[in-house]
Amino acid sequence: MSEVILAAVGISKRFDALQASRDISLDLRRGEIHALIGPNGAGKSTLIQQIAGRLKPDAGRIVLEGRDVTALDTAERARLGIARTFQVSALAMEDTALQNVVLGVLGARGGAYRMWGNALARGSLRDRAEQAVARVGLTNMATTRASALSHGGRRQLEIAVALALDPKAFVMDEPMAGLGTSGSHDLTELLSGLRDEAPVLMVEHDMDAVFALADRISVLVSGEIIATGTVDEIRANSAVRRAYLGEEEGA
Amino acid sequence: MKRAWVANVALICMLPVVAIWASMADEPFIITLATKVAILALAGVGLNMALGQGGLVSLGHAAFFGIGGYAMGILASHAQSYTPLLEWPMLIEGSNSMPVIWLLALVSSGLAALVIGALSLRTNGVYFIMITLAFGQMFYYFSISWPAYGGEDGLAIYMRNGFPGLNTLVPLHFFGLAFAVLLVALALATLIGRSPFGLALNAARQSSERVETAGIRPYRLQLTVFVLSGMVTGLAGALFADLNRFVSPSMFSWQTSGEIMVFVILGGVARLCGPLAGAALFILLEQLLGGISDYWHIFLGALLLLIILFARGGVMGLIAGPGERAHV
Repeated sequence: MSEVILAAVGISKRFDALQASRDISLDLRRGEIHALIGPNGAGKSTLIQQIAGRLKPDAGRIVLEGRDVTALDTAERARLGIARTFQVSALAMEDTALQNVVLGVLGARGGAYRMWGNALARGSLRDRAEQAVARVGLTNMATTRASALSHGGRRQLEIAVALALDPKAFVMDEPMAGLGTSGSHDLTELLSGLRDEAPVLMVEHDMDAVFALADRISVLVSGEIIATGTVDEIRANSAVRRAYLGEEEGA
Repeated sequence: MKRAWVANVALICMLPVVAIWASMADEPFIITLATKVAILALAGVGLNMALGQGGLVSLGHAAFFGIGGYAMGILASHAQSYTPLLEWPMLIEGSNSMPVIWLLALVSSGLAALVIGALSLRTNGVYFIMITLAFGQMFYYFSISWPAYGGEDGLAIYMRNGFPGLNTLVPLHFFGLAFAVLLVALALATLIGRSPFGLALNAARQSSERVETAGIRPYRLQLTVFVLSGMVTGLAGALFADLNRFVSPSMFSWQTSGEIMVFVILGGVARLCGPLAGAALFILLEQLLGGISDYWHIFLGALLLLIILFARGGVMGLIAGPGERAHV
C-alpha cells in the first residue's frame, strides 16, 4: 500500500438534528485519484469543508502527511498544501487569469504583504504562475479577465491556482459541474495527469468521469461511508447498488 | 491605460498651475481653495485605499480625520500657552512644528484604525458600515464632552505651525507643502496598487474564499490597508486643521465621513486620482453654487445621483475611460 498523504480519521459533525458526518475515515494515497460519491444530501460537501478547513469537525482529526491539521484554519491548511477548488468557481473575476494564479503563488511562497515592486514583474513569481497557466492549457487566455472566460476556462483556471500552491493534495468539489460533453472530456484528461503531481480527492456527480478517472471510490450515504474500493469493487458491491447506483444501473 | 495616465497627470498638474497663477494675480483666497482641495483629496486618497482597493465601505473615516486634527490642536495649543502636555512619567511639551504634529497624527490615527479595524472587520456589508459609523460618532461625542480642548467650541490656534525651511504663513508655501504630501500619498497608493499586496487585497475584495484557499488571510490584508488608510486620512486632518487654524468636533461628525466618501464616489472609486477630481469638483461647486443659493447641496445631491446612475467610474471614469483597475 502506498503512502497516505491526506487522511480523515473518525470525523463526526452534527448540525442540530442532522448527523452530517458519522465517524468518517478516509485516506488519500500518493498518486491516486480518490472519488467521493453519494446521493444529494449525503454530506459530501460537509466532509470536503471539514478537510479544507472551513468547518471544524465535532470529533475526529484531519491529518496531512502525518501532521494533525484539525486545529488550523483554511489559509494555514492551504499553505501546508491542501489545494481546494470549488463547485461554483471562486475566482477574482475582475482580474486576469494570470493575476489569479499569481495569487496562488503568493500564498504558497509568502510575500502577500510586500507593498513594493510589480506583482506581475518578470521573475520567479510570474514564471511559476505562467507555468501553471500553461499546464492547464490557458496560456492564450492568460491576460483575459476571469469574468470573460468560458465556464470550462474558469474550471481550468481554478486548477491552475491550485497547482500554483505546489500542493500536497488536491481537494476538488465537483470539478465537472456544469461542463458540456467536450468540456468534461478535456478536463478529464487534465485531471488524470494531475495525480502524478499530487493525489486528488474529488466529489463528483458525473459517473462517466468518476469511472474513467478514479483509482478508488468511496461511497457516502447519510453521513456514513458504506464502501471504499476500486471501480470494479464498487460496481460489484451490493450495498452500494442498493443505496445508490441501483437507481442508475437499473439492477 | 495611456489615456488614464494622461488624465491623471493633467489633473495633478492643474492644482499647482491654479495656485501659482493665483499667487501671481495676488488672489490668496484662490490659493487657499487650492490648498483645501489638496488636503481634502488627501483625505479621499486615504479612504480610497480602503474603499477602492479593499472594498471596505467605511463611514467612519471622520474619526481619523478628527484625530489628525486634534493631534495638531492639542500639540499646538500647549505650545501656544507654554504649558507642558504631560509632566509625568516624562515631560512632553507641546509643539508647533508640523513634522512633529504629523508624526503624532499618523501614529494616533494608525492606532485608532488598528483598533476600529480589528473589531469592524469581523463584520461585513451593512454591519461594517454601521460599526464604522458608530466608532466615528463615539469620537464625535467624546470631543464635544471633553472640556480640556475646547469641547463643543473647538480650539483656535492663532499661528499656523511651522515647517523647517518654509514660511507656512505664505499661502503658496503652505499649498506647496500640502500638495507635496498629496503627491507622496498618490505615489504610495500607486505603489501599493501594483504590488503583490495590492493584488492580494484586490482579490480579497472580489472573493475572500479565493484568497483564503490560496493560503492568505483576507482579514489581515484588510486590516493592514485599513490602518494605512486611516493614517493617510489622519494626516489630512492635521493639515486641514492647520489650514483653518481651528479644530472642532465637526471634524469628527458623520457628515465629514460622508463628504470624504462623496469625494471618492464623485471622482471615481478605485481611481488613483478619483479623490482629487472629486474634491476639486466639490469645492468648485461649493464656490459657484454656494454663491447662488445656501441650498447648493441639493445640486450636489442631484449630481451625485446622476454619477451613480450613469457614470459608475465617476468623473475619472468619464475622462480617463473604463478599466484603470485592470492594470494593477
